[in-house]
Amino acid sequence: MSEAEIKSLEAQFDAKIARDEKIEPKDWMPEKYRKTHIRQISQHAHSEIVGMLPEGNWITRAPSFRRKVALLAKVQDEAGHGLYLYSACETLGITREQMYEDLHSGKAKYSSIFNYPTMTWADMGAIGWLVDGAAIINQVPLCSTSFGPYARAMVRVCKEESFHQRQGYEIMLSLCNGTEEQKEMAQDALNRWWWPSLMMLGPTDAASTHTEQSMKWKLKRKTNDELRQQFIDQTVPQAELLGLTIPDADLKWNDGKGSYDFGEINWDEFWQVVKGHGPMNKKRLDDRRNAWENGAWVREAASAYAAKQKDRKKEIAKAV
Amino acid sequence: MKQPIKELNPKFLESTQNKEHLINYLLGVADNYLILGQRLGELCGHGPNLEPDIALTNISLDMLGQVRSFYQYIAQLRGDKSTEDDIAFLRKEREYKNVLLLEQPNTDFGYVIVRQFFFDVYNKMFLNALQQSADETLRALAFKGIKEASYHERFSGDWLKRLGDGTEESRSRVQEAVNDLWIYTDELFQTTTADDAMIEAGVAPDMSAFRDTYYEKVKELLTIATLDIPEVAYFQKGGKEGLHSEHMGFILTEMQYMQRAYPDSKW
Repeated sequence: MSEAEIKSLEAQFDAKIARDEKIEPKDWMPEKYRKTHIRQISQHAHSEIVGMLPEGNWITRAPSFRRKVALLAKVQDEAGHGLYLYSACETLGITREQMYEDLHSGKAKYSSIFNYPTMTWADMGAIGWLVDGAAIINQVPLCSTSFGPYARAMVRVCKEESFHQRQGYEIMLSLCNGTEEQKEMAQDALNRWWWPSLMMLGPTDAASTHTEQSMKWKLKRKTNDELRQQFIDQTVPQAELLGLTIPDADLKWNDGKGSYDFGEINWDEFWQVVKGHGPMNKKRLDDRRNAWENGAWVREAASAYAAKQKDRKKEIAKAV
Repeated sequence: MKQPIKELNPKFLESTQNKEHLINYLLGVADNYLILGQRLGELCGHGPNLEPDIALTNISLDMLGQVRSFYQYIAQLRGDKSTEDDIAFLRKEREYKNVLLLEQPNTDFGYVIVRQFFFDVYNKMFLNALQQSADETLRALAFKGIKEASYHERFSGDWLKRLGDGTEESRSRVQEAVNDLWIYTDELFQTTTADDAMIEAGVAPDMSAFRDTYYEKVKELLTIATLDIPEVAYFQKGGKEGLHSEHMGFILTEMQYMQRAYPDSKW
């Protein structure tokens, strides 16, 4: 294809996105668009799958039937999200195996928040309330992103995420209405999860490399800092309702700008975890690699069996 | 229990002993679901691929859904303030009446599938028969559970075929699981005093009548899966009488941790 032809295709492509029309897998797309979407969607899928681990950690110890069943169902939802995000990503010409390989080798990233440990039951509440809360803020705009399969997957994901968030908040509410010990457990979880949740919305705009291009492709509608502000403004009153204190001495309402001022985020910690040196990075990846490697003989058996069945069917067809 | 349903005499439960027997019988049924659901819960997020991971979590959820209904019924029969959670989380090792098969660990995916299959074949026959119970609540619970049980049996049976007739490695692994778990199958058909009393009253199906059919079905599928049928001289039993393996204490330590560490708290 000549350069002029490519330019013309690109112009049509950009115009299509500007008209809010969806890009579908078989449509022509710039290579950078494809690569960016593979990176983002697979990263998103990996976050769902790795995200199963910190919560899965509490399934066997959940304190009541109601909570155990809800937690199991929630972690299962995350597996489901992973499944349709991987499928959406496969439409861009990458296999699920390749994506796993990239995760296991450390080439592909996943949300850093899952590199923190879930120490107490209250962490199940805090994750639902804060982590899913921040995820929703990140993800709602993606329901109208330009790549069709991703947008459609996100509509479903967001519906379930908002259910998870309410569920998490409800766990916190039960703790805060409980004994002194339970309230302390809730406060401790908030103290540990607050700052990492703020970091989930990504580096500050000044340090963010992808924003401009992502805006054009509707992978982003607001900047990281705007999203972070939105998260804080929405979460502070919820904490007040619980009777919990946000662990930020500088947090205070600013009448002038109609939102909260907040303290300095520890970006050193953020980069430390992103670069693979958080408290649980090694354990999370080890768990994923082990599940994959220990499951190799099972997957091989399934394909061998399927191949045999196919051969048998052929033989029967021949005989008839 | 082939005879048509005869309704339970309303005075039956006025006898303390009958009620005691019924509760113990129900615990024997329900604890199976609890312990298997708990074991499957350990696997969530660690499956060989996303699809079987999701399916096993589904089965775990079905097991827990089933057990809750049974415990709620027990709580109602007790007529005290006990709840499904007290019954699940506050008993001691010797008070659990699940069969030994279900407390066996998730050694690998082969063990998980074989354990599941050995139970699923039994469970489907059991729930089928329980639909003829003289007890209305149990009839309803059996009716509710049977569809799920059929699905579980298909799932574990299909996987057994894949693993048995898959690769050499998978065949040898799953054969080992079959050999190791076979000794726990006979206990499914053991009865306790409480079971016998409930069979007599028409509340419980007499599962010994299904023993042969059970082994026929299991052997048939093992054969299709190109697996050898183990021959053993001795079977293991004891779970139904509260005599468990060394695994049980650890299962309970984990499962009961919160209830023991924070007594009387609401969650």
